[in-house]
Amino acid sequence: MNDEQPRLLKPDRDVGVVGYGAYVPRFRLPASEVDRIWTDGQGGTPITEKAVPGLDEDVVTISIEAARNALARAAAVDPADIRAVWVGSESHPYAVKPTSTVVAEAIGAIPHTQAADWQFACKAGSEAFQAAVGFVGSGMGGYALAIGADTAQGRPGDALEYTAGAGGAAYLLGPAGQALAIFEGSYSFVTDTPDFWRRAYQHYPSHGGRFTGQPAYFRHSSAAAQGLMQAMGTTPEDYAYAVFHQPNLKFPSSVARRLGFTNQQCAPGLLVGEIGNTYAGSSLLGLTAVLDQARPGERILLVSFGSGAGSDAISLRVTEAIEARRDRAPATRDYIARRSEIDYATYARYRRKLVMQ
Amino acid sequence: MSVPNTWRLQQQRYRLMGEVCDRCKTKIFPPRDVCPECEAPAKTQFALSGRGEVYSYSTVYNAPAGFEDATPYTVALVRLEEGPLVTAQLTDVSAEEVEIGMPVEMVTRRLRADGAEGIISYGYKFRPVQFSPAI
Ligand SMILES: [Zn+2]
Repeated sequence: MNDEQPRLLKPDRDVGVVGYGAYVPRFRLPASEVDRIWTDGQGGTPITEKAVPGLDEDVVTISIEAARNALARAAAVDPADIRAVWVGSESHPYAVKPTSTVVAEAIGAIPHTQAADWQFACKAGSEAFQAAVGFVGSGMGGYALAIGADTAQGRPGDALEYTAGAGGAAYLLGPAGQALAIFEGSYSFVTDTPDFWRRAYQHYPSHGGRFTGQPAYFRHSSAAAQGLMQAMGTTPEDYAYAVFHQPNLKFPSSVARRLGFTNQQCAPGLLVGEIGNTYAGSSLLGLTAVLDQARPGERILLVSFGSGAGSDAISLRVTEAIEARRDRAPATRDYIARRSEIDYATYARYRRKLVMQ
Repeated sequence: MSVPNTWRLQQQRYRLMGEVCDRCKTKIFPPRDVCPECEAPAKTQFALSGRGEVYSYSTVYNAPAGFEDATPYTVALVRLEEGPLVTAQLTDVSAEEVEIGMPVEMVTRRLRADGAEGIISYGYKFRPVQFSPAI
């Protein structure tokens, strides 16, 4: 193992979030419905409910609406000036055919743009964010769009079925002078850890049971957060908010406590109880919810986690520009409040668990 | 269909890209390259806002091939705020909630999938304006 000191990931030029946008589908499946079907209501529920996509929604449509919201908050950025459109997900609609090109086309970024789909379980969006910082920070392009979105599926009856939700968030990275939040630095921590996976052609993922906790989620999230704070010389008290990957309520609350963050710092970005685990959208949606209420000067720590496994930690500082621009698109809480409850049968239909031929 | 035509159709479907008449400023959708009002050539692209209201509607219970798994769904004639009338599916709304004059906004959604192996088509649908005051 390499015991070198953590070194910050940061470009030479100053970069920031010029626009951000959330999207959460309107349907909600209460965890008590899953519990009713599989344990006769005796199993307990890890969250209240999860967001379920409609029949005409997928990672492409979720990404498009989140991207449009991000553009609405950007200061008059011409979509034709976006030089990269990147979508991180583990539920891209096609095995082969990019999501990113459809999104780029729908927002008017084509054809003079880079486009790519990213993959790394639940951290596919945060790594696209880091790469976009590098892309803009190196001067390769003026703006880059990074999206994390998923319509996750859990095997019927599996623990993941209670929480596997849907949603996404989009971030337009650009020059710091136009930013709502300045990128201060980043640090990533990855190892080869077999905690969760899905083989090609398999519909549902497999996971390593108890192995998903300590050696995977906790080790990587903690190391990334501590590495970033060590490299930056910051402590938990320097942050007004902390957002962690949220596969359930227990993990993010527990890792935050161990690192020295309070409930107050974490509650605004902790959405899993109301929308489920949105995988690549999870920590990034927590961040949109925080940006919806953060004040100029406040610092935010974002820590993603992706099985396989790794975490990206990112430090942001909110600017004055946020006050005038955040209301140009719906807040994350607006989408969460927009809810239509469905039962397990409707859920089974919407998620195409009923095979008609 | 030629590549430029396909591209134009995608712009039209994904984000309501229409045209504006350079002479009388009429907004045109779908694009037809000629102004329906003054008959001048009209090839300047114009992205419609996507806001409008339901002009008339009908709920479909027996869908044509490729749309079966979405039933029941509502198809509406939407009067866009720039003038044109567009036929489109409504989404994020149940049939009994729809009424004439209801304010709607454009979203890009899956229109149909050609079986499990074919292409997925995306395009505009309309839903009730979600967040008021409208943004
Ligand atoms: Zn005319």
